[in-house]
Amino acid sequence: MDILLGKLSQFASALPGNVSQGLIWGVLAIGVYITYKILDFADLTVDGSITTGGAVAVVLILHGVPVPVAMICSFLAGCLAGLATGLMNTLLGIPGILASILTQIALYSVNLAVMGQANLPVSVDKFPLFVSQRFTAVANGPQSVIFEMGKIILVVGLLIALLYWFFGTEYGFTIRATGCNANMARAQGINTKKSTLIALVLSNGIVGFAGGILAQYSGNVDVNMGRGAIVIGLAAVIIGDVLGRAIFGKHFNFVARLTFTAIGAIIYFLVLQIVMLTGLPSTFNKLFSAVIVAIFLAVPYIKKTSKNSYRRAARNSAKAKLLGAENSEEEGAVENADAD
Amino acid sequence: MLTLTDVRKTFNPGTINERKALNGVSLSLDDGDFVTIIGGNGAGKSTTLNAIAGVWPVDGGIIEINGKNVVGLPEHKRAAFIGRVFQDPMTGTAATMEIQENLALAKRRGQMRGLRWGITKKEREEYHELLKMLDLGLEDRMTSKVGLLSGGQRQALTLLMATLKKPDILLLDEHTAALDPKTAAKVLELSDKIIEENHLTAMMVTHNMAAAIKHGNRLIMMSNGRIIYDVKGEEKKKLTVDMLLQKFEEASGAKLDNDRMLLSKGDA
Ligand SMILES: Nc1ncnc2c1ncn2[C@@H]1O[C@H](COP(=O)(O)OP(=O)(O)O)[C@@H](O)[C@H]1O
Ligand SMILES: [Mg+2]
Repeated sequence: MDILLGKLSQFASALPGNVSQGLIWGVLAIGVYITYKILDFADLTVDGSITTGGAVAVVLILHGVPVPVAMICSFLAGCLAGLATGLMNTLLGIPGILASILTQIALYSVNLAVMGQANLPVSVDKFPLFVSQRFTAVANGPQSVIFEMGKIILVVGLLIALLYWFFGTEYGFTIRATGCNANMARAQGINTKKSTLIALVLSNGIVGFAGGILAQYSGNVDVNMGRGAIVIGLAAVIIGDVLGRAIFGKHFNFVARLTFTAIGAIIYFLVLQIVMLTGLPSTFNKLFSAVIVAIFLAVPYIKKTSKNSYRRAARNSAKAKLLGAENSEEEGAVENADAD
Repeated sequence: MLTLTDVRKTFNPGTINERKALNGVSLSLDDGDFVTIIGGNGAGKSTTLNAIAGVWPVDGGIIEINGKNVVGLPEHKRAAFIGRVFQDPMTGTAATMEIQENLALAKRRGQMRGLRWGITKKEREEYHELLKMLDLGLEDRMTSKVGLLSGGQRQALTLLMATLKKPDILLLDEHTAALDPKTAAKVLELSDKIIEENHLTAMMVTHNMAAAIKHGNRLIMMSNGRIIYDVKGEEKKKLTVDMLLQKFEEASGAKLDNDRMLLSKGDA
């Protein structure tokens, strides 16, 4: 009992920090949403571009550049990373997933070159950082925690509002159409290469921006900061999607989707925290994320095949044989209608 | 209006899969011509329409739309002149977008797209009226995702989208082939109506010989990447399915190899 209470208070005291971290990763996840859900493009650039954003922000801040300017630059740096992937894909015909892996690997060198060392600290004592995990610690009192978290929530809210506007514009429509049906998009006069490029640039810009915030929040940028970032982003997107669908059903609109992507990221970090409280060493973080994503990705498939499997067909037909042929026909026809 | 001069296309040249799909197709359409195209499987009917639409670059020849050679324009740029409906109802629409959003995309075919709203209130009213004309009840489902529609509904919507912004040429590639006979007849009727009311220039590929005779003012038959028969006006009106079959054997020196076509020679 004591142990449980102890764990619980541990969880509670880490809660503001975890939620804040979840929200920052939520920004990244919203970037991932654009490529994964809207453009239908598996973009692994993310693992590199988040670090690029962090590196650019930290280096600029250390050089005395105002924090807001540094954050805008982290967005632009992410945009460039997306552009690299996009150009390899649309101009050079390299398959999307491979193009993004190439960018990601290249960015490792780029990030090291920008940082000059593998880990670069930036202290909130010396610089007016946008956010810092120092201030989300419960010990600072509720005011500090709320103020710090409020800033991140504001960023997420603004981002969602901006994207809601953008994807409601003519240009946003072209990206949605490209992701859904590129043939149709071209037949309607849409340059699908251009819209693919713009979506990748925008997505990685947001990811770079998230990297800039994350580096400030944690007080340093590490060259390995982005390792597995795409998996966390996907986990957030998928958790948010499943949850949002369950709550909103048919009324799961775009704003709700983006909001739930951010909420998905928070949930991910809370669940991670719970798993860690069971005593699992933090080295298992990545294994945990991979398992979560694998499970959520597999669920729709398993659901579908359990209703539409050969084994089930065999069972049904055996039953039908016992019962006589009449009613088996209808059932069989429906069962096999969408089998492939 | 539309002129093709000696258009050629070979797929996979220099490989064992090499296939000469268009062997010098020449054709000149007048304003308001409605041409039906028939021919066996692999005759090059779809390839002809794809060449016009610019799905890939042709190997040789001239394709003129309103006197402008469009051979160098990519598909999305040629779309400014062309409306298309495909055989597969899935191809012509964006399933994850709303009915009204699909229409709004089509409304801007050939226009610069910027940061204005993707759909305006005024448009919504316009689309409501247009959808009413289809008589499919879609006007009450404008915010439904297109993915929820049946094949026939999707084809009707695609037809509306293809003609929402008046195209210089409307290309219909077996656009009723995937539908059940009753729906197919309805969509065909709708095509006729839209083409007539808007005085469109149209090309319609069909495997139904009777339909090819009944619709349009001109009929062409293709075989082996060539136009082997071209008939219009009064002469076309007098055609029968048997005459077409005979023509085919004469011109191509072969029996018609398209089962679907033989099967469907009876009904209109
Ligand atoms: N994109 C393509 N790649 C390779 N071969 C193609 C392609 N499109 C058509 N073909 C080939 O060109 C020939 C003509 O095809 P098509 O025009 O589709 O015939 P149809 O008259 O039945 O519409 C066929 O042999 C087909 O296999
Ligand atoms: Mg065809």
